[in-house]
Amino acid sequence: GEKPGLTCALDRGSLGFPFGAQLPHSFLISPPVVKRRLVKLVVNFLFYFRTDEAEPIGALLLEHCRIAEEEPSVFSISFIEEPDRKYYFECSSEEQCQEWIDALRRASYEFMRRSLIFYRNEIQKMTGKDPLEQYGISEEARFQLNTHQA
Amino acid sequence: MKLNERSLAFYATCDSPADNTGFLYKKGERHTAYHRRWFVLKGNMLFYFEDRDSREPVGVIILEGCTVELCEATEEFAFAIRFAGARSRTYILAADSQPAMEAWVKALSRASFDYMRLVVRELEQQLEQMRLGSRRRTEPLVPPRRERSLPSSGSKENGCAVWSQESCSLPNGTLPRTSHEGALRPPPLPPRRKPSLGSSPVPLLVPETPFTPGTTTFSQLHDWYGQEILALRREWLESRGQL
Repeated sequence: GEKPGLTCALDRGSLGFPFGAQLPHSFLISPPVVKRRLVKLVVNFLFYFRTDEAEPIGALLLEHCRIAEEEPSVFSISFIEEPDRKYYFECSSEEQCQEWIDALRRASYEFMRRSLIFYRNEIQKMTGKDPLEQYGISEEARFQLNTHQA
Repeated sequence: MKLNERSLAFYATCDSPADNTGFLYKKGERHTAYHRRWFVLKGNMLFYFEDRDSREPVGVIILEGCTVELCEATEEFAFAIRFAGARSRTYILAADSQPAMEAWVKALSRASFDYMRLVVRELEQQLEQMRLGSRRRTEPLVPPRRERSLPSSGSKENGCAVWSQESCSLPNGTLPRTSHEGALRPPPLPPRRKPSLGSSPVPLLVPETPFTPGTTTFSQLHDWYGQEILALRREWLESRGQL
């Protein structure tokens, strides 16, 4: 259930907004009950809706999570701080399942950050110059190799 | 709306780098009183804690689809995080000094997922150009990347929808290069599919799906275009009410 006190603000107005190519419906399984839900991946959040409602029931933050293939058409999401608790999703095909897995694994901010650091490093090796300098963001904490907080 | 709050709290307090931290005064929702809170900006989320030592955040503001602007307020050094839409609210925050306020506004303006994605894209393209240049290709092996904007909605990249339609620009005012500028360029290469390590820690210099231009096969490119076509077709059917 929800803890009192943690409020979350997000731009609710945007949710009714067409997202472009939506990934298809998936099923949320909460063993042993299977519930049909509309699932939307938006930035690093996975929203889920009852199929006839415009407001989401909830959302999963996709940071520090593990996406695993459980069966050919079923994937699960679990989180680093609670690895035994899995959210299961059954897709309509293996192909759809793989599409979701790929998309979800690349959906985190942390993933993008690591990619950026990799590209920055590669470019710097090849050119001797830091490609972030031209944007004035080379000193930002999130782009540094060392992840420990100062 | 339910959230996986433990995951949020974990993300707020784990050792991934914070882009800005500090005390700010936050104007209450119903009353005009300001409350001093400890703020932590991580990724596209602004967490706030009762105090610096608190183990769990009291709240979080997800920084998507919002604007950050200076504002007139009873407090000095105030700025606002403004969400559009009828039911959305505006957050009024105040710093202790002009430099602190400017640092926050700058950091918050660049906090969105879209911004990060833009920068990643930009570097990917730069690296791609350099690798192609070093192989001295005289013409691309594949057709040029066509304009990917979809009608009436934001673009889909990395399998993820964007939050808003507004286009972003990089901080010094330059826009990311579009695929129509200059010489013809090959389409973005699909990420290589590897057996996944999930989110287990990986060495920092190696992303989970690195681009390797030299190893792309025609079938991979075919899959890439195929996926894009499937996505477009799905959207078209949905817009016709057939899905």
